[in-house]
Amino acid sequence: MSDVADRVRKIVVEHLGVEEEKVTENASFIDDLGADSLDTVELVMAFEEEFGIEIPDDAAETIQTFGDAVKFISEAK
Amino acid sequence: MFDLTGKNALITGASGGIGGAIAKALHAAGATVTISGTRQGPLDELAAELGDRVHVLTCNLSDADAVNALPKAAADAMGSVDILVNNAGITKDNLFMRMSEEEWASVLEVNLTSTMRLCKGVVRGMMKSRWGRIVNISSIVGATGNPGQANYAASKAGMVGMSKSIAYEVASRGITVNCVAPGFIATAMTDKLNDDQKAKINDQIPAARMGTPEEIAAAVLYLASNEAGYVTGSTVHVNGGMAML
Repeated sequence: MSDVADRVRKIVVEHLGVEEEKVTENASFIDDLGADSLDTVELVMAFEEEFGIEIPDDAAETIQTFGDAVKFISEAK
Repeated sequence: MFDLTGKNALITGASGGIGGAIAKALHAAGATVTISGTRQGPLDELAAELGDRVHVLTCNLSDADAVNALPKAAADAMGSVDILVNNAGITKDNLFMRMSEEEWASVLEVNLTSTMRLCKGVVRGMMKSRWGRIVNISSIVGATGNPGQANYAASKAGMVGMSKSIAYEVASRGITVNCVAPGFIATAMTDKLNDDQKAKINDQIPAARMGTPEEIAAAVLYLASNEAGYVTGSTVHVNGGMAML
């Protein structure tokens, strides 16, 4: 779990250019981390690549926060 | 003038006059090209003429699975698709009152829906590399209409609206989406017209002549270049003044 969280955090920090401590469990990509809708699509693409999983569009829509992403990926792996 | 060295381009409809000229222009500017079309023969001839930096992929654009597979096959062959030129198109002309749903649907499918599929197939890679050029070949009749071509004109106008919408969405990622709208261009198709017919056409064109495939290719080359990075969502009309839009 922590390994997934670290890797997801790294991607979010790199992609959105935010400080690491801002990427908290409940941090919303759009509301708290300044992502636009296209950023969220790119984040999902990056997660898919990093973890070698497929995230279908309907599932991608439910991934709103850092915690959502970690949870989804941990379960999908 | 425009240097495309290191860029990889996919061109559909490359077995035709305009598509072939586009492939040659991008290739001459240094790009690696994947030329696609339905007929293997003309593609192989063009590939032989171009020499190196060229790949051939046949694709029937009315076959959805084949269309969806084309961007990946091109990326596998070249390493990426940085430039996409949607040039392939068909006509099934008929007076609107007589136009069948099949004539309507097949033209929309090949001209508009396959363009959408190919755009979708390349945009992901372009987003990642933060650079991309999509040039969709529309037509003057998409803007002016033309009797007997309700289906074709709709598909070409649809292309413009779609291109503008995609352009909005991806502009911040260094990807531009534009259209080139040719007027009357001298190709194998117009060679079949007799002198009277040609004269009638030329009467409607301020430049008093048909355009050449190379003149379309020049517009595509510009839009595909680095220099055109600030041009997006636009349509370049290349029509000798036939419609000043």
